[in-house]
Amino acid sequence: MSGSEGLSIHDRPNSYIGRSVPRPNLPRLLKGRGSYADDVKLPRMLHAAFLRSPYAHAEIVSIKTDEAEKVTGVFRVFTGDDIAKVCSPWVGVLTHLEGLRSPPQHALAVGRVLWQGEPLAAVVAESRALAEDVLELIEVDYKELPPAVDMEKALDGDAEVIHDVYENNLCWERNVNQGDVDAAFAASEVVIEEEYRFGRHTGVTLESRSIVADFDAGEDMLTLYHSTQAPHMKQALFAKHLDLDEHKIRIICRDVGGAFGLKAHAYGDEFATAAMSMVLKRPVKFVADRMESFLGDIHARDHIVKGKIGVSKEGKILGLEIDDLTGIGPYSVYPRSSAIEINQVLNLTGGAYVFENYRARGRVVFQNKPPMCQYRAVGHPIAISVAESLVELAASAIDMESMQMRQLNMAADDDYPNKTVTGIPLENLSHQESTTKLMEMVNYQEIRNEQAELRSNGIYRGVGFGALIEVTNPSPAFYGVGGAPISAQDGCSIKLDAKGNLIVGTSVTEQGQGAEAVISQVVATAVGITPEKIKVISGDTENTPYGGGTWASRGTGIAGEAAVKAGKVIRNNILDVAGILLQSEPETLDIRNNQIVDDENGTERMSVAEIGRIVYYRGDTLPKDFQAEMMVVQHYLPKSFPFAFTNSVHCSHLEVDVTTGFIKLLKHWVVEDCGTVVNPQNVDDQVRGGVVQGIGGALYEECIYNDQGQLLNGNLADYLVPMAVELPEIIVGHVESRTFESDLGAKGAGEAGTAGAPAAIMNALNDALRPLEAKLTRQPFTPQRVLEALGKV
Amino acid sequence: MKPSPFDYVKPASLGEALSLLSDSDGEVAVLAGGQSLMPTLNMRLSSPSLLIDINGITELDGIEVVEDVIRIGALTRHQVVQSSADIAQHAPLIAMAMPHIAHPAIRNRGTFGGSIALADPAAELPACLCALGATIEIAGNKGRRTVSAVDFFKDLYETDLADDELLTAVEIPVLADGYRSAFEELARRHGDYAMTGLAAHGLIDGDKVSDLRLAFFAVGGTPVLAKNAAAVAEGKNIGDEMISAVQSALEKDLDPFDDLNCSAAVKMLYAKELTSRALKALIR
Repeated sequence: MSGSEGLSIHDRPNSYIGRSVPRPNLPRLLKGRGSYADDVKLPRMLHAAFLRSPYAHAEIVSIKTDEAEKVTGVFRVFTGDDIAKVCSPWVGVLTHLEGLRSPPQHALAVGRVLWQGEPLAAVVAESRALAEDVLELIEVDYKELPPAVDMEKALDGDAEVIHDVYENNLCWERNVNQGDVDAAFAASEVVIEEEYRFGRHTGVTLESRSIVADFDAGEDMLTLYHSTQAPHMKQALFAKHLDLDEHKIRIICRDVGGAFGLKAHAYGDEFATAAMSMVLKRPVKFVADRMESFLGDIHARDHIVKGKIGVSKEGKILGLEIDDLTGIGPYSVYPRSSAIEINQVLNLTGGAYVFENYRARGRVVFQNKPPMCQYRAVGHPIAISVAESLVELAASAIDMESMQMRQLNMAADDDYPNKTVTGIPLENLSHQESTTKLMEMVNYQEIRNEQAELRSNGIYRGVGFGALIEVTNPSPAFYGVGGAPISAQDGCSIKLDAKGNLIVGTSVTEQGQGAEAVISQVVATAVGITPEKIKVISGDTENTPYGGGTWASRGTGIAGEAAVKAGKVIRNNILDVAGILLQSEPETLDIRNNQIVDDENGTERMSVAEIGRIVYYRGDTLPKDFQAEMMVVQHYLPKSFPFAFTNSVHCSHLEVDVTTGFIKLLKHWVVEDCGTVVNPQNVDDQVRGGVVQGIGGALYEECIYNDQGQLLNGNLADYLVPMAVELPEIIVGHVESRTFESDLGAKGAGEAGTAGAPAAIMNALNDALRPLEAKLTRQPFTPQRVLEALGKV
Repeated sequence: MKPSPFDYVKPASLGEALSLLSDSDGEVAVLAGGQSLMPTLNMRLSSPSLLIDINGITELDGIEVVEDVIRIGALTRHQVVQSSADIAQHAPLIAMAMPHIAHPAIRNRGTFGGSIALADPAAELPACLCALGATIEIAGNKGRRTVSAVDFFKDLYETDLADDELLTAVEIPVLADGYRSAFEELARRHGDYAMTGLAAHGLIDGDKVSDLRLAFFAVGGTPVLAKNAAAVAEGKNIGDEMISAVQSALEKDLDPFDDLNCSAAVKMLYAKELTSRALKALIR
């Protein structure tokens, strides 16, 4: 027991918490030595290419593969029926979402194709190029069926019902009714109603989805080099559907080039690749190309929300109502389901405010488009855009500053723990301090003065806000309770080597966000070892503890705390040995900068490397009844709260060219509170990157479909992602309200940027156009839509 | 995203390339900078049986001023054109257009001749050549011929270039006394193909403009010379009233279409706005 026992990690000397320590994996990536799934080249490896449906809805009358199979270099052509023999279908529902339904989904389509891009056959050949050539030799006789494309018509009586086992295209409906909304609206000074539309977009990871499946028939063992953000979940899923024991599956995902949620789902082409490796008993690689990424990755958003707010003349929110409709493609995605996003919308709308009367309806409908599922800031941009726009419209109607109205309706910072209107516990938020800090950073009055001056010159600038709460550090209440094999706990293993270095295993994954840096910093602090003597291993189900992986802004908060706990244990174990060797009480000693020191005055007594040497090579010099334990593992699961909610507030400043409809973003500010900031640079960049993705949804990104369900812009020339030239300076400020659930006190920081940016931009845009009586509520806000709102076309 | 199999050949001379072109009976593609061709091949939008790589034909590369024309070899990279002092001096319209052509990485590989031969209706350079009255030089087995830029662009991705010919150079008259250029473009993001663009060139005397050529792009299958608008502008001082008249005349010149980014109505609105901006720029 060291003298520091009982003190928090925040009391550690030589702490690396709160310092922008460079990421240990950067040199590897910058030298081109990253190890992505596509970098894996195995002996006897074959390549898969998938035949994808050209139609949004069609019956597969027949598939002829004999010509394709004759080609030299082709090893096998698989149809949906072939894969179904070795890979069982899945059902993407969670049992806690009552009434959620979705039919079984096969890895490769059997009998029917339900979206343009659905895989229905695969060629395995000696090269990807040959496999693609041979795809053209597969003859498929399709019978086109009418597609159900438009989600607004999906529930009409005459709509094509996609799954004949159901009476209509409804996948799930949830209703919330708190208080008396009708009475609240009746008592309101003003009631504002508005309809909001959010385009369907997708994730666009730099590294596309990738998998190399290597089935070893000798050991009956399937190794999957896989670009994923949830290795243990994938292990469980592959085991279940390929009928292998979990210990016979190993998932390795060293480097992942961006994930954004889209790599946390089951994809048919990936399962088929694993199945084909098992059948052929050879390694098989599949790397999605950009065109099939657009049709094969999950899509996101796609909501139409009717919103209504009632406020008193003092600006108090009296009632709020939303009705959300979302189209999710033909299946609810496995295993997280396609209902979580709308569930979040219902849970989070107005979440930054205290009010009592709330009514919400959410409907999820099937349609013949690619499956929609969780993507960065699940549901948040929808909930926040709707609530924050309604707040600004209401504030404008009662002639009140919108930020003043926000602050009036936010809980005081000392009024926690608290609950949302739907009863979700909020542990510790800082809306007041955050909004006050934001207004100081923005220099609001100066912007307003400039705005008035420029308007008289025909220049239209606007400023808008978005305040929010964000779900982070989810407990099993998120997925586990619904029956999904998704762990909410994480683990950290630490091994001291004979030279005083630490080998650390973490169950979260590195996907470019710096997870390994954060774990390294926490361990360095908790143990007293400098970061260059720490190696972090992630993304390997055989060599790391069991855990959830990296999604829902959970890595630092949950795996970071596991690292705190493991660090404390090994420090104590090391000090126990040191105490024996130095004939001192362990609690009078500490570890600082790789040295055993006297806790009181820091006097160096011996090195940790010497401890390693003695434990491993000269254990004979230690007492007979003492066994040193220089490898430890600890786990952590949040239990007191279902989620560690964070809060943040955005401000967007922009200029609209009312002649062309172009929007120029001038500046964007965010104050966010993720509790303990372990690595300020990483957190700031997470927020900035998140803001950029929010800008994407607000201004650029949209999957454009025709009425036959054909994607018209499935390439990076026509599907617009935000690029550097168009981006504003993004200024990030922090308030640190720690969660008391953990010693580290960290909440998540991964999604606040994406969650709030669209709301702030919409409000700034409508603020700019207010004197022209134009209003936009349909994202993305394209020049065409701006000009339409201005009545110019 | 792998191309269909094709044969590849890299001729060392123009003559060799032309022989290959005329001797080939299948579909042939000419590889210059590859910035449009390679994606097309990888997306299997075209599957040529033979790829003729002309990057070894050094005589097609380079910029030179010969008497009253500036000659740009077909293989000259956009980046070289962009940084050329001769281009800046003698064909400033081209220099103005260059930063709008995609991004530096693409300009480093993409070639001037490639952009012209591809004839993308939303590309900048075809319109510039039409505005400048440039001449396209074409080589075939029967020798060399020239065609004016306005006659070269026939329709969407269709040019006067025959299957057995190669575009070898572009000749632009050097900037004559009193002539000025303006370039305007609206694109969703910097470097994207234009929603609407305009290359303008004319003789400026004080505020008076004559011999005006307004070449629009991304509003039709080819660059469109707005002749009615130019006629309205002829000999007039550039000012608000004149600009309105020129804008109205555009209705007779342009018949734009909807694309993924905007409607025909927006393109017409943009054409008018860019006309105003360009005319004002000509006298600035």
